[in-house]
This record gives sequence, structure tokens and C-alpha cells, in this order.
Amino acid sequence: MGCRLCEVYCLVQHSRTKNIIKAYKGEYPKPQPRLIVEEKGHISFALQCRHCEDAPCLEACITGAMYRDKNTAAILCEENKCVGCWMCIMVCPFGVIGRNREGKKVISKCDLCIGAETPVCVKNCPNEAIIHEERK
Amino acid sequence: MAKRSPPTEFIIERDDEKCIACQVCVRMCSNDVHSYDTETDAVFSDSAKCVGCHFCETICPTGAITIGRNPSEFKLNANWNAQVIKNIIKQAETGGVLLTGMGCDRPYPIYWDHIVLNASQVTNPSIDPLREPMELCTYIGRKPDKIEIQITNSKSQIPNYRLQTLIPPQLKLETPILFSAMSYGSISLNACRSLARAAAEIGTFYNTGEGGLHKELYRYSPNTIVQVASGRFGVHKEYLEAGAAIEIKIGQGAKPGIGGHLPGEKVSEEISSTRMIPQGTDALSPAPHHDIYSIEDLKQLIYALKEATRYKKPVGVKIAAVHNVAPIVSGIVRAGADFVAIDGIRGGTGAAPTVVRDSVGIPIELAIAVVDQRLREEGIRNQASIIAAGGLRNSADVIKAIALGADAVYIGTAALVAMGCSLCQSCYTGKCNWGIATQDPYLTKRLNPDIATQRLVNLLHAWSLEIKEMLGGMGINAIESLRGNREQLRGVGLSDIDLKLLGIKPAGEAW
Amino acid sequence: MNYVIIGNGPSAISAVRAIREVDLRSKLTIISDEPYLNYSRPLISYLLSKRIEKDKMPFCQENFYEENQVQLILNKRAKSLDVKEKNIILSHKERIPFDRLLIATGGAPIIPEFRGRDLFGIFTFTKLQDAEEIARYIRYNKVKEAVVVGGGLIGLKAAEAIIELKIKVTIVELADRILAATFDKNASSVIEVALEKIGGNLLTNNTAVEIKSKDKRVSEVILRDKKRIRAELVIVAIGVRPEIEVVKGTSIKTNKGILVNNFMQTNIKDIYAAGDCCEAKDSLLGINRPIPIWPVAASQGKVAGYNMAGVKREYSGSFTMNSIELCGIPTISVGQTYPQKKGYEVLEYFDKDKPIYKRIVLKNNRIVGAIFLGDIERAGIYTGLIKDRVDAGSFKEHLLKEDFGLIILPKEYRKHLVTGTGIEV
Repeated sequence: MGCRLCEVYCLVQHSRTKNIIKAYKGEYPKPQPRLIVEEKGHISFALQCRHCEDAPCLEACITGAMYRDKNTAAILCEENKCVGCWMCIMVCPFGVIGRNREGKKVISKCDLCIGAETPVCVKNCPNEAIIHEERK
Repeated sequence: MAKRSPPTEFIIERDDEKCIACQVCVRMCSNDVHSYDTETDAVFSDSAKCVGCHFCETICPTGAITIGRNPSEFKLNANWNAQVIKNIIKQAETGGVLLTGMGCDRPYPIYWDHIVLNASQVTNPSIDPLREPMELCTYIGRKPDKIEIQITNSKSQIPNYRLQTLIPPQLKLETPILFSAMSYGSISLNACRSLARAAAEIGTFYNTGEGGLHKELYRYSPNTIVQVASGRFGVHKEYLEAGAAIEIKIGQGAKPGIGGHLPGEKVSEEISSTRMIPQGTDALSPAPHHDIYSIEDLKQLIYALKEATRYKKPVGVKIAAVHNVAPIVSGIVRAGADFVAIDGIRGGTGAAPTVVRDSVGIPIELAIAVVDQRLREEGIRNQASIIAAGGLRNSADVIKAIALGADAVYIGTAALVAMGCSLCQSCYTGKCNWGIATQDPYLTKRLNPDIATQRLVNLLHAWSLEIKEMLGGMGINAIESLRGNREQLRGVGLSDIDLKLLGIKPAGEAW
Repeated sequence: MNYVIIGNGPSAISAVRAIREVDLRSKLTIISDEPYLNYSRPLISYLLSKRIEKDKMPFCQENFYEENQVQLILNKRAKSLDVKEKNIILSHKERIPFDRLLIATGGAPIIPEFRGRDLFGIFTFTKLQDAEEIARYIRYNKVKEAVVVGGGLIGLKAAEAIIELKIKVTIVELADRILAATFDKNASSVIEVALEKIGGNLLTNNTAVEIKSKDKRVSEVILRDKKRIRAELVIVAIGVRPEIEVVKGTSIKTNKGILVNNFMQTNIKDIYAAGDCCEAKDSLLGINRPIPIWPVAASQGKVAGYNMAGVKREYSGSFTMNSIELCGIPTISVGQTYPQKKGYEVLEYFDKDKPIYKRIVLKNNRIVGAIFLGDIERAGIYTGLIKDRVDAGSFKEHLLKEDFGLIILPKEYRKHLVTGTGIEV
């Protein structure tokens, strides 16, 4: 519904302290949410990495930093290996990969909230607008 | 002074330590109460615009917002209280009729809170609803005066019984609670969808109100009661056939004597096509049906509708509870109505003049009692079911209404609260933040029918269980055994005349 | 089945993954002419400038070959092929038999004709070995000044690396501007300004004709316009061509590169080619030509792998695309960025100060090319629109706006893109 609470919770989940008040007020540089909320008139939706079966970013990565997690099948980026060549940004048809704005020359994207039971955007959307489905 | 703004009711209290300036409240308030200042990187609030809907408070991720009452006080005056003063100021400014939404909020006595229920103690033991069958099922419709049964094979071990009498059409309710008439227009399509789906899931009915039936809701026909109101909005052949029952609306508890009112702001393209009126115009239903000027006219309409639907559906009438409610209902029953819905003074609305809502009509508790009594005395109680409506708040009110004489109850306000409403009474503005009383697509999105349906089902389910508990406590195992069973009720703190009208004994008195 | 792959780059690795998805049993061999287990070529400029260490060079894990049961033959160059006998002839007359072959030899640098090209201190810049040798040369000879011949992607990356090592660099470019093959005039000018800001010296409309030496090492470069530049190091980066030496003299058809069909097959059954060495379908131009860029090579290798393993997969084609950060400015360019013919519509947004440059090229309302400089947010959406040939007529004016996103696209296209085909939203 355009409230952008998904953005808020994504930011908190990817902050250092994972505490909503500290993340917004205390952390510097400001943590970066990994999803994009698109809005036009009364239409809005949250867009995260689709963790594509046939992911173009996986192919385009020149360092092997992009990989698929064996357990969750999510596409993740190993920041130590990423050199910020932005090839993945060039090929992602959803435009959901961004450049890290916290001072590192690496990419920033949805990681399905590794370590959490459900992605926090799904859990906290007040209108149950985001659905996380497992598909074979 | 030409313009004077009286102190507004609410003050937004923002806890600066908790506020993270995420701006969710800024985005979400349809009254533009909150704004974000980029220079100071802070959110500030214009409390004057707040209507007290609590949406921002509910959605704030850190719980930084509290909606408080504005402490700005007028000098204490029992006669000229703050609300009265503010109303006069508003009218001096606008020259208009003061509108409001929802039900009467004046402190008239609530008879429900003065009625208590019985329970079994030693004799006639309680029934445990979790372990023994408990029947909440009831039927709305005309019941025959007598029934004839043909018995064949009477001499054999297992005689054969066959019902000879033709039973008029009935509505089967799995629980004695229905959703009250709330028109598509006063509430959003998502809200209508939720009511329809919940009714289908529970096995009860919802009412279209005077807004017509949206084409998407035709699939819920088996659980729909279609209403024919004075404006005849959206009334056509398919509409009548889509209903499981037809209700002729003569009046409603919130505004007896005047017609429905949908402000032009809420008449969108879809509303316009469903109601068959031009977009953007106020939809004002006339006060009377202009083809009903006497009880004979009503009888004519009832039978016209029955003919049109080939006597396959119950046709009933909804009226507001007014002074002469007993003889009026008696007349209506004799005119052929299969059920009569009576809406008390606490009944809700999307828009009504405040003075009418608050001063016109009588409490439903008294209305039910006198109507039930009168119909029994005349020997015609079986000819129509009585549905009680008007501010029933919980399962206790429901069970008391049935004990006073109703067959079932309609809930309106309670259903809306289940979906999110916080009774801010701003329905007529069309800016309902909860997506209920609005047609703005940006706002209606917020009412997710999946979630709302579940909440309504939960509410009815919870109340049904509570009713079962209370019935069991009284040693009764079927809701129909409680209908009109005033012996199960006692009054507390009521005057003699109240007790007499309600037909109940004072607490302390045995059989 | 005996699969052999000549080459160890992205095409080869993608092919291995594709083959092993389908066939876990058959023998799979990779022949590489380099001594390294595995490395990513685009990273060599970062190795040279010491931005990354050598251990970051591999782009797949150490145990990749073991896990995928690949026999890795390193340091052996495939000299030629015996197509009839299905043998690969290695340098010292050793033969490797194959049932199905993938040629993924990549590209080789073009070395122009000029006097003095065999001196010490002249390098090309395409292999890891080049980076290591250049680094060693710089250290040993205490290089202070260098010349890079060629202002293309490789040349500029090399120049950037050397500038970071605090060496004075002059870049000599034949065209009137750098990156003439990739960028339009505006984009080139932004990079030219940035280059000069970090200390690079740029000479356009020029080229090297002779290199003079002192003590057998490079000392001076003489340009076409008779200008002389002092240099202790020269890097030649005027372009790459497909490396097709191995098929010379065989019946395998070639043009500039090895010709393949839409299943990555050459004209010889059981012999495939993928990556920088082949000429595959360019879906934008409608012809076959070499597209030497990493993601294209990887996807071609994957298609080749599937087809080799018996799973018929058609290659939908690709087009030019480049993502490269130069002098701290991120740039992404896709498709036809600077078509010379008529009939193209161009939308531009240029802020010289930030700098931000956005350029969209359309033909018949379909996006055929795009350049992003400075602000590369969501560039991939445009790549997708080019690939899917979406008619942008209804939202053309939104293309360069800041809030451009999937929400601007037609609802049907967007819904299926986001949820996948066949799912109702």
C-alpha cells in the first residue's frame, strides 16, 4: 500500500545493530535496504531480487562472487570477492542490484535475509502484500 | 472574528526518542496530518487535522505515536459541553447540516448492560458445549401456523412420517448472527468482498444495503440478502434473482425518517455503474419509498417482489425502531413480510446528520421486547422472523437480544471494527485510512480481503463459541429454545416501567 | 562420451556446468595453454595496480575441477586439429582424442606493424602473465613514464592501473576520441576529462609508428605526427581478435572468428565453439559476429555445453554490452550506442558537473542502445527491454526520468516478467 515498511525492516535487518532505533539514529553510514519500492499513482509494489532459476547475474559475474546458496537456493554475493565491476547491474532485467552506498565498492542486493526464518519484508508487511513462495 | 477554529479533539504525541523519521505515517495519513521536514530530518504533526482513526499509531514500527485527547478545555459546564459549543461554531461558519458517521454516541442508557443472564446450578444441569451437541442453527422466514404430518405404516415398528404442509422459503443460518446492510458506496468493494466471503465461510448472510450488487459479488449469491431501498439504487431483475432473500428498507436506526446519503466524493465510476446514477453526484435516497404511502402499498410491494421471484425467497422489511414500533411491525407482518429487521437508535451509518443520528429513534432492547410481546399476543409471532440490529457489541448482547425475542441479529459496526475500524466517525469524508469507508483506490488497497475475511470469520466463530458457552450454562442446547425466553433474563438497576416494557423480572426475583 | 574443451575461461566453465548438469559420467577434459588453475581476465588490471592480490584472481572455486570431474591439462597449447580422426594435436606432437569438442580459445591481442616491436618493455595486456611481467618490469627498471597505444577498454584499464602505480602515462588513440567503438562523443568526453584529472595525458588522432630503444630497452615512442614521447614502458592495446589459430588449415569455416549456428555448432559435426573466439548470433544486428564480452561468453558456453551433452538448446543471441568503471566513474553501455545511419531516435540527459550522462537510442520505438555514466541504477532494465524488443512508444518520455522503473512498463509485460510465465498475479 505504499507504506514502505518493507524498506524500513529490510534496512534494519541489514544494519549492524539490527535494532530499529539504533539503525536509523545511531549507525553511520546509514544501512542500505536491499529492495526497491516502486510507486505510481495508487499502484505500488516492492521489488526484490527474484533469485532467478536462470540468473543472468550469476553468469555475468567476473570474479565468481555471485553464487547460489546450497540450502536456500538464493543468489548471494560474497562481498570479499566482489570488485564492483557492475556487470550484474548491467544484466539484471529487474534492476534490483544496486551499488553499495555504505562506502564499499561492492554490490548490494536482496539476500533473502540469511539467518532469519522468513524474509523480514514478508513478515512485516502490514497488508500481507509480499509472498515468499518456494517453487520447484 | 470571521474565522474561528475551535480546539480540535486530538493531540498527536510523538516520542522523539522512538521516532526514526521513517515517514511511514507521513505516507499513510489520508488527512495529511504528518509531514517530513528535510532540513531538520524530522517528522512533525498537525494535530488539528487528526480525526483519531489510529492508523498511524497502529502502523508505526517503533510505536512512537500516541493519539491523545486535546487537553485544551472549555470552562466546565454540564449543559454547554465542548462538543455542543464546537458544533455551534461549525454551523456558524458553514451554515450546513452537521454530518457524522457510525452510530449514536450519546450516553443514553444501554439496556444490555442492565440485563443479566441465568445459569444452571443444581437442577437442570449445565451442558458442556465442547462435549455435547449444541445447536446454533436457526431459520429466518415465515413459519406456518400449523403443520400436517401424514403417518403411514402406523402399525409397523418404524412408521413412516411425511410432512404435508408446504413450508415457506427459509434462510438457514449456522449461527444467529448476520452482517448488517452496509452499501457498496458507503464501504469499499474490498470490504464488501470480505463480508461476502466471511458470510459464505461461516454459513450466514450479508446484506447489500442500498448500493446495489457489484458484479464481482454475484458469485456469493447464496449468502446475499439484497436490499430494495427508497432510492431503488441498482435494483433490476438479476439483482433480485441474485439474493437469497429480499429486504425492503423502510428506514434505518441511525436516521429514521430520512433516506440514505452517499456524498458525491464517494461516487466513483464503479459506484456509479453499480448504483445506476451519474458519477460524482450525491446519492440521496428519498425519505419514503414514493410508491409506499400506506401499509397496503407495502403489502403490494412485498407481494410484487414475491411474484417476481416466484415465491422462492423470503421477502422482509427493515425498519428503524421508533415510538410505535410494535403496531408498525404488527402491520408489516400482516402485510406478508417473511421477516422484519428492526434497527435501534445505536445503528450505524456512513453519513447522517448528527442531530438525527443522536436524537431520533429508540433503543433496540425495548423495541425487540415490545414487538415480540405484541406479536405473541396477536398470535402472529410465527408469521415472521425478527432480526435485531443497532449497536450489538458482543456475544452477550446477541444472546440477550435473542432471549428478548429476536430470531437473529444483524451486526454492522462490530463487523467493521473487526476489519479495522476505530470509530473515528469520519466515514462521510471518504478518507477512511483503513480502506473501509472510502472509494479512493489508494486507500481501499489497504483492506486486504484475505486478512479481513479471516478476521470476520474469527469474530463470528469466537462469538458463536461464547454463545454456546452461555447457552450451555443455562442448560439449553439449542438457540431456538432461548428465543423469547425472558425467564432467562433479569434486570439490574432498571426502573419498574423498564422492567415491564422489557418483560423481565428484576434480579433477585425467582420464577 | 569423451568431451574435450580447449580453453579455461568463462565459456569453458559454463560449458562444464551445463554438461555436468546432464551427464555426470562421461569424461570431460579441459586443455589450457596457461599454467594457472583458473583466473578472470578482466581482473588483470586490478592485479597490476595491486588493488587485489593474486589469490582473488580465480572466478571459480579451487575444487571446481575435482567436484565436476574435469581432467585439467595446463600449460599445453592446442596447436592444430585433426578433424577426420577427431584428435587435438598439442604442441609437442601429443594427440588428445575427443568425441565432442568445444573450442573456447578466447581472443588474442592485435599487434600492429611498427618498427621496434620486438624490444624489451613492449607488452600487450590480455593475460595474467602480462600483468605479472609488466609489474616485474616496472619494479626492475624503475619505470617512471609509460605510453599506452590504444584508447579502448583494455588500453584505458591498463592506463588506469599504471597511473595508480604513480607512473606518468600518455595514451595514444587513433580515432578522434577514446572509446570510440563503445561510447558516443559526450560519454567519451566525460572520461577524457576524468582521465586528465587523475594525471593521464591523452593524444588523439595519433598512433605510434616507431619505438626507439636504449640498452635494448624501450626509451622513446615516435608518433605519426613526428612527436616524440619518452617512455620506459609501452603497452599495446589496439584491439583483440578471435584466437582461431587452432583451426587453421582445417575444414572448420571461419570468418574473423569460428562460425557457429544457433546451437553453437561449427560446420563440423561434434565440434562446437563459444566465447570470444566464435561468431555467434547478434540478436540486435541480426548477423553473426564476435561479441567479446564476459556475460555473452558465459551464456554461449552454457548453450554449447547443453547441446554437446545432447540437450537441444537454441541460443537466443546477444548483443554488445560493457560495464566498466573508469577513473571512478561507473559506466554501462549496451547495444547500438552510436549508430551512424539515419532512422534512429536519441534521448539524452547530460549533467557535466556531477557527471551524469544517460543516452537511449531507439529505432521504431524500440530501444536498441543505451549508455549510462555516473548513474547506472537499474541499467539492467534497459538491457532487458532491448533483449525483449519491447515497444517503448507508450512510455518513451519516462525512460530518462529518475523514477523510471518496472512500474512504467506495460502491466502485462511487467507481471509476467516479475512472476514468471504461467503464474497469474
